[in-house]
Amino acid sequence: MSLRIVVCVKYVPDATGDRHFAEDLTVDRDDVDGLLSELDEYAVEQALQIKEAADGEAEITVLTVGPEDAKDALRKALSMGADKAVHVEDDDLHGTDVMGTSLVLAKAVEKTGYDLVIAGMASTDGTMGVLPAILAERLGVPQVTLLSEVSVADGVVKGRRDGDTASEQLEASLPAVVSVTDQSGEARYPSFKGIMAAKKKPVESLDLDDLDIDAEEVGLEGAWTKVDSAAERPARTAGTIVKDEGEGGKQLAEFLAGQKFI
Amino acid sequence: MAEVLVYVDHVDGAVRKPTLELLTLARRLGEPVAVALGAGAEATAATLAEHGAVKVLTADAPEFADYLVVPKVDALQAAYDAVSPVAVLVPSSAEGKEIAARLAVRVESGIITDAIDLEAGDEGPVATQSVFAAAFTTKSRISKGTPVITVKPNSAPVEAAPAAGAVEALAVSFSAQATGTKVTARTPRESTGRPELTEAAIVVSGGRGVNGAENFAIIEALADSLGAAVGASRAAVDAGWYPHSNQVGQTGKSVSPQLYIASGISGAIQHRAGMQTSKTIVAVNKDAEAPIFDLVDYGVVGDLFEVVPQLTEEVKARKG
Repeated sequence: MSLRIVVCVKYVPDATGDRHFAEDLTVDRDDVDGLLSELDEYAVEQALQIKEAADGEAEITVLTVGPEDAKDALRKALSMGADKAVHVEDDDLHGTDVMGTSLVLAKAVEKTGYDLVIAGMASTDGTMGVLPAILAERLGVPQVTLLSEVSVADGVVKGRRDGDTASEQLEASLPAVVSVTDQSGEARYPSFKGIMAAKKKPVESLDLDDLDIDAEEVGLEGAWTKVDSAAERPARTAGTIVKDEGEGGKQLAEFLAGQKFI
Repeated sequence: MAEVLVYVDHVDGAVRKPTLELLTLARRLGEPVAVALGAGAEATAATLAEHGAVKVLTADAPEFADYLVVPKVDALQAAYDAVSPVAVLVPSSAEGKEIAARLAVRVESGIITDAIDLEAGDEGPVATQSVFAAAFTTKSRISKGTPVITVKPNSAPVEAAPAAGAVEALAVSFSAQATGTKVTARTPRESTGRPELTEAAIVVSGGRGVNGAENFAIIEALADSLGAAVGASRAAVDAGWYPHSNQVGQTGKSVSPQLYIASGISGAIQHRAGMQTSKTIVAVNKDAEAPIFDLVDYGVVGDLFEVVPQLTEEVKARKG
């Protein structure tokens, strides 16, 4: 039986762009180009490596929840080598928070069928880092998260989790939810052949009806959290900048002493 | 008075500083009830009482160490059911966020992560967050359920506020999921004797300009003279000059110390995302055009191999 891998990815505003909030205090997606979250590229890479280790006996589905443009993130993952894609798109999803998104992902993962769900450690926009744990809770399967190394064999996933105080070896039976860090291994660049092949790979579209989710459970109105205000941080007042002419370290020490750091 | 559940991060009974900061914030919302789990849980009580915990709920069982995250969620949920708190506060460590998130799902509440401040509001706690590489500050609240909020280190002062801190044993029955992910081995991280990066009051970081693993000794010497933690940019980590556990930035750790000293770091957006909320920022860089200089309170345009050792000597001399 072939291993069914679902990789959850997110289409995010480019962090090097000038990110803003829209009037409803959701992220303004019109102002900045979007792309596949860098941290999710590592998840796609590990899925590909697990498939390669299984001599190709695996099928990789890449899944996203997002607006029309989010197809770009799916295309990137397909061009890296994923086999097919699922895109959950619905106007009622605008403004959905992590609780709603995790609900949609859980239903979509179940509908797709899976043995292993892989995600990045966090998105590069919201940076919460909680979605994989929530997904495991919702699916009722083990979480094997924040892995810097991962392998799958004989229905068991193993990995290494490097924490603040210790490095742990983890093990769980499939099905399971895995998340990987940026230390798990450099993500490959899509080849020209991969980019051409991606155009022919199937992208299934689902909406809330397909997943039996009520509009009230998601979207801005259904969100479990409410942003009351978003203020642009005032520009820092220009600091003092000196050129080192032999005394730079001493001058810096003088500044630090003035600020009572020494 | 309303009770606020505070999850305790401790190592064998030694309470880590972010938990004490949480107790300061919890007192703004109600009476802190601390939840300490695992080996040494009871030993945390005196410290927690000194910082405002009216009660300390403790539980120990092999499951906490032998399986990942879920046993702790089961215990926190047992505490939640026993107390009916108005809010649950958890330190924003990687594990803390996962525990908080799973609890939020179970008790059907919203979650806010990485708050940098917290105040009581008419409709529950209001959390301040710093987003988009600190370009924006937002104020948010939970609109469904009991607020579950994780708070970043260095978000509040540690204040003594003696309270009863009565220890009570917490009865925990583990869920079917609790034993799903086995911890088959654990290697404690070797202590450098320096403060933990995310908790440190001062962070000294090195980047591409440090130009080699062996040269990080210069950065470490400055850090040690100031009692600081050592950080590194992604470029330095990717080059193998310093461990990933010390990486500051979007794909590393986010720090918010009183003082951040960047040496040989140009200040790419990904790095700024991890350090821009530092209170005072200082940089040393050869390139006067480096974007890091847009952020600094004090910058030295110069060779870090000249400036940093001179600074270290001066700090040592002044500290006598």
